[in-house]
Amino acid sequence: MTATTIARSDVGAARITQAGVIKSEWIKIRSLRSTWFSLLAAVVMIVGLGTLFSAIHTSRVEQGNGPGGQISLDATQVSLRGIFLAQLAIGVLGVLVITGEYSTGMIRSSLAAVPHRQPVLVAKALVFGVVVFVVSLASTLAAFLLGQQAQASTHQQASLGTHDAIRAIGGGAIYLTLIGLLAVGLGFLIRNTAGAIATLFGIVLVAPILAAALPEPYSNDVSKYLPLNAGTQILLTRDFDPTQLSPWVGIGVTALYAVVALIAGAIMLKRRDA
Amino acid sequence: MGVCGVIEAQALTKRYGSKTAVDDLSFEVRPGFVTGFLGPNGSGKSTTMRLLLGLDRPTAGRSLINGKSYLDFAAPLHEVGALLEARAVHTGRSARNHLLAMAATNRVPRKRVDEMIGLVGLEDVAGKRVGGFSLGMGQRLGIASALLGDPGVLLLDEPVNGLDPEGILWIRNLLKALAAEGRTVFVSSHLMSEMAVTASEVIVVGRGKLIASGSVAEVIRGAGNGVVMVRTTEADRLGSLLISAAANVQRLSPDLLQVSGMDSAAIGLVAAREAIPLIELTPQQATLEEAFMEITRDAVEFHGNELSGAELAPSAFGGAL
Repeated sequence: MTATTIARSDVGAARITQAGVIKSEWIKIRSLRSTWFSLLAAVVMIVGLGTLFSAIHTSRVEQGNGPGGQISLDATQVSLRGIFLAQLAIGVLGVLVITGEYSTGMIRSSLAAVPHRQPVLVAKALVFGVVVFVVSLASTLAAFLLGQQAQASTHQQASLGTHDAIRAIGGGAIYLTLIGLLAVGLGFLIRNTAGAIATLFGIVLVAPILAAALPEPYSNDVSKYLPLNAGTQILLTRDFDPTQLSPWVGIGVTALYAVVALIAGAIMLKRRDA
Repeated sequence: MGVCGVIEAQALTKRYGSKTAVDDLSFEVRPGFVTGFLGPNGSGKSTTMRLLLGLDRPTAGRSLINGKSYLDFAAPLHEVGALLEARAVHTGRSARNHLLAMAATNRVPRKRVDEMIGLVGLEDVAGKRVGGFSLGMGQRLGIASALLGDPGVLLLDEPVNGLDPEGILWIRNLLKALAAEGRTVFVSSHLMSEMAVTASEVIVVGRGKLIASGSVAEVIRGAGNGVVMVRTTEADRLGSLLISAAANVQRLSPDLLQVSGMDSAAIGLVAAREAIPLIELTPQQATLEEAFMEITRDAVEFHGNELSGAELAPSAFGGAL
């Protein structure tokens, strides 16, 4: 080690750009094992469970075909049911991308490098959102195709040409991405892994159960606006429930949860001590 | 560019609830020196570092680096390099990926990452997860991260913590080399003995307040505990002469006096004028550590606190070498 090796010759007129911060977050997200484990878990849940549910449905139809009448379900939605479980893996990953930095102290390095802070949140949300959307879309498509093959013997199977099938496949990926972004926003707000995960699942999974306990008609008035009920209407291609929001309005409501959490997270990130 | 490389704290104050961590702290750190930032644990050093880096917002006052607020840097890693206490690194990521991610934010070229890994001697473990690193390896990674952007100003919070003797020597030489290149090197530590050999300037804080600043020699002198040992055949006569000259005299043995409040030259002149033979006349040089003990004790008393010096000492020097 000599003094001369410390200085570098190629000092440019560098400045922080959003693109540079996005590149940094891309390096960060792909260099952690938790990312790969969570995404693998999500893929297995979406594709594996979707195919399994389809196979179970098929055997029910085969056994049920008789005097009792024919069981008929939305073949597309059956093959996408793994999403309900996969949202746990995506939600945990969304929280960890943020709270992992707080628990290790990494956030102080990140914010010292980007003192205006907001670009860090934008980059994290963007990189995480794109990664989750791409992985989810590939998975929902695979789940649909494998699931329909498993349902072939029911003669009720859908195809990509089935009305609203593509909307359901893409919508499932959008829903998972939005739940992930809600988790990112909660991560920035709460900064603690356990607290953020508990809050996320409280909003997504427990709130519908609590809402169901309300007397009618308040029960449905509340529950249809919760992210789970609102956001998963987009998985349907038939048998729409008139008491629920329509698919696109529903996914818009779920998006609103994510946006509110991210904006609140951004405000608190700027305001609080790191 | 008169302000280039200068770190300024201007009446910096930080309160957390009712606790005041940094209290109206003003100082200036200049380039070309290693400046030690000394104080017992809990005296507000780390908080000050976080305020300088824009990580915490001051309750009052402000801090400037290169004449600018940290928030106004277009690419802060190129101007200020920081090593934060309690390793600010994700433990699940490899050292190289950590540095690549840090470099990307401020557009530091990839080549620079490998150069810094080499500089701190982490080539063999750069691909390993930081969670398995020893404290010393973690500090080396922190140094590599701080130097990524080739900054003119370095803020290092307790860089020798957890290092083995070889590592301490390495850091010491590195810091001196960085200062010799004209960089500003601001290093916090609770290890007075370490700062005494590394730093040429010191800023001493206690309970968030500035207690002393200046060169190491000035701070030691300012502590005012210059003691002179005098051995003479006429201890009685010399003793009473010195007392009448307003010195403080203690008789340690029949021929040995411990004199304070008067330097060796003045004592020698008194003895010569009275023709008293001196066998020994030795100024006792206080160490930075003793000076530090002395001045922080004063600060504690000044606050009217019940804490005694003895209570302060273990926390202040718990990690002393």
